[in-house]
Amino acid sequence: MLEIKNLQVKLEDEDKQILKGLDLTVETGKVHAIMGPNGSGKSTLSYVLSGKGGYEVTGGEALLDGKDILEMEPEERAAEGLFLAFQYPVEIPGVGNMTFLRTAVNAQRKARGEEEMSSTEFLKVIRAKAKTLKIDADMLKRPVNVGFSGGEKKRNEILQMAMLEPKMCILDETDSGLDVDAMKLVAEGVNALRSEGRSFLVITHYQRLLDHIKPDVVHIMADGKIVKTGGPELALEVEQNGYADILAEVA
Amino acid sequence: MALTQTKLDATEARISGLSLPKGPGWLTEAREAALVRLRAMGLPGRRDEYWKYTRPDTLVAPEATPAALFETEETCVFGEVDRLQIVFVDGVFDAVASDELTGEGIEITRLADVNADIHWAQGLYGALEINGQKPVERPLAALNSAFATDGVLIRVTGKVTKPVNLTYFHRSETSDEILHHVVKLEEGAEMTLLENGPAAARLNKVLEVDVADRARFHHIRTQGRDHERRAATHIFARLGRESLFKSFTMTANGVMTRNECVIELTGDDAVAHVAGVCMGDGDFHHDDTVFITHDAVNCESRQVFKKVLRNGATGVFQGKILVKEGAQKTDGYQISQSLLLDEDSQFLAKPELEIYADDVACSHGSTSGAIDETALFYLRSRGVPENEATDLLVLAFLVEAVEEIENEGLREEIASRLHGWLERRRG
Repeated sequence: MLEIKNLQVKLEDEDKQILKGLDLTVETGKVHAIMGPNGSGKSTLSYVLSGKGGYEVTGGEALLDGKDILEMEPEERAAEGLFLAFQYPVEIPGVGNMTFLRTAVNAQRKARGEEEMSSTEFLKVIRAKAKTLKIDADMLKRPVNVGFSGGEKKRNEILQMAMLEPKMCILDETDSGLDVDAMKLVAEGVNALRSEGRSFLVITHYQRLLDHIKPDVVHIMADGKIVKTGGPELALEVEQNGYADILAEVA
Repeated sequence: MALTQTKLDATEARISGLSLPKGPGWLTEAREAALVRLRAMGLPGRRDEYWKYTRPDTLVAPEATPAALFETEETCVFGEVDRLQIVFVDGVFDAVASDELTGEGIEITRLADVNADIHWAQGLYGALEINGQKPVERPLAALNSAFATDGVLIRVTGKVTKPVNLTYFHRSETSDEILHHVVKLEEGAEMTLLENGPAAARLNKVLEVDVADRARFHHIRTQGRDHERRAATHIFARLGRESLFKSFTMTANGVMTRNECVIELTGDDAVAHVAGVCMGDGDFHHDDTVFITHDAVNCESRQVFKKVLRNGATGVFQGKILVKEGAQKTDGYQISQSLLLDEDSQFLAKPELEIYADDVACSHGSTSGAIDETALFYLRSRGVPENEATDLLVLAFLVEAVEEIENEGLREEIASRLHGWLERRRG
């Protein structure tokens, strides 16, 4: 369970408050969606939760299964079960995709005091998971995300998620840059990972992703706060009327 | 230009304790001629343009600065390779530790044992060094040709599969050694030369390689381990038609290293690749100086140099491609890059192209940068600890140069050494 209480965040370099007292609870096993206009702070929320530098938490807390994650290093948060699927997955020339994933899986296992995965076992598992995401052997061998299409990059994010088996997955605009077929494939990958023990926070601009990944709860975010919470129908309302009505209503 | 009195004095001071080694007449003549060359040039000084980024003081001083011996549990590089090993201890050939100097398609003779009968070497010792003295003078190489006390002469007549491995051990804190090797590959011959070890407190080494038509020469060298060692090395190579020359150097540690590589492509369709990685930590100065001359048609040359520097280490790269008139269809490539892990470290680069032919493709690039923070965060967000993630990115940075090694086993051996070096330095 992820509990965010009164989270306040500003940019480190400039005196600009981005999150202004955000409250949000994602129960274990649930899928929550956050929608909101540009500049509402959605991506900032995902970065702050995963530990990216450049932000200063000026108030509030974020607890993952009761543990405050904001004081942790990014790798510690990952080992606790937090995962961010990047809006723009990073290209890393020179680091093989397979090496990267195996290093990550075993680093997390080590951090949790678990036994490392042998290379034979790892190969077996990754091949099976890659297949369902239509990721071929060549993509596994190539450097991380280098030369991947937009759809391949996002599928690679989902593959990482599948390999790392996190408790709390944040998807930051995973639908951006995807055509309809690619989006379906990614959504199927995500849906396959839905389980009682795993929560999702899906950040998106558009309702269409939520046709494929059906949320339990939808939040509307504006100006650094959650301004409205409802069921899946809230997403449809945004799709039909835009954000203006909702924002006027809560203002 | 007349030499300054300071230079003359410095040169005489350096050689006053040295004497020309004994040998057959032709070798003595070559040594005497080298001494004449040296005296005409004088040893490099701080004001020399070619030594602008590297202070030659400790390399030309009359006495070598003592270098503490470095004890390590680590096994020697290339230990697992099936090779013909030739061992030098403080610059002196060690017959007991070496394998027998015989093999099919290859003749190996110790320089100190050379007699008048080695006809193939006559006229070759020092010849490529003389050739490499223009247009830039390399006095330390002339000093070497005059005073080198040991080394090997290798003649390759066939395709030799077993690599020859020159291993250097440094056992005396004050060893000050001059080694000179000559390799001649006859037409269509092939060999791999491996070199490893720190050699001496101060080493001056020359390697002359004559690659005849259609011959192939692979060279992989590691200079490392000892923190306080100093070295000035030269490789002089001449390439015939359709021949190939590939040299890779890995340098870790050492307070002062200057590696010069001078290559002349004299036959059409020849290929020369020179690559290097160096990892400098703290009191470390490493200089790669490369000069490649294209003097034939349709030749290819590549220079790939990568340096990782931290805690105030300095890296230097001076690389030049000279394309002579008529050397059409030349394909020249040069890249030098540094990864600076902190603000105290520095990289000085001087890439040069000089082209007198009109139908050529030459490119060069040089960059200095820090670790990519975005990539670092991406790796950490997947659970990879910061130091491990940094190592992955450092290796990723170096890989382009390491991939210049053709042999897969040797390439993996070098990659695992790099990994080991990084691991030992993790906080």
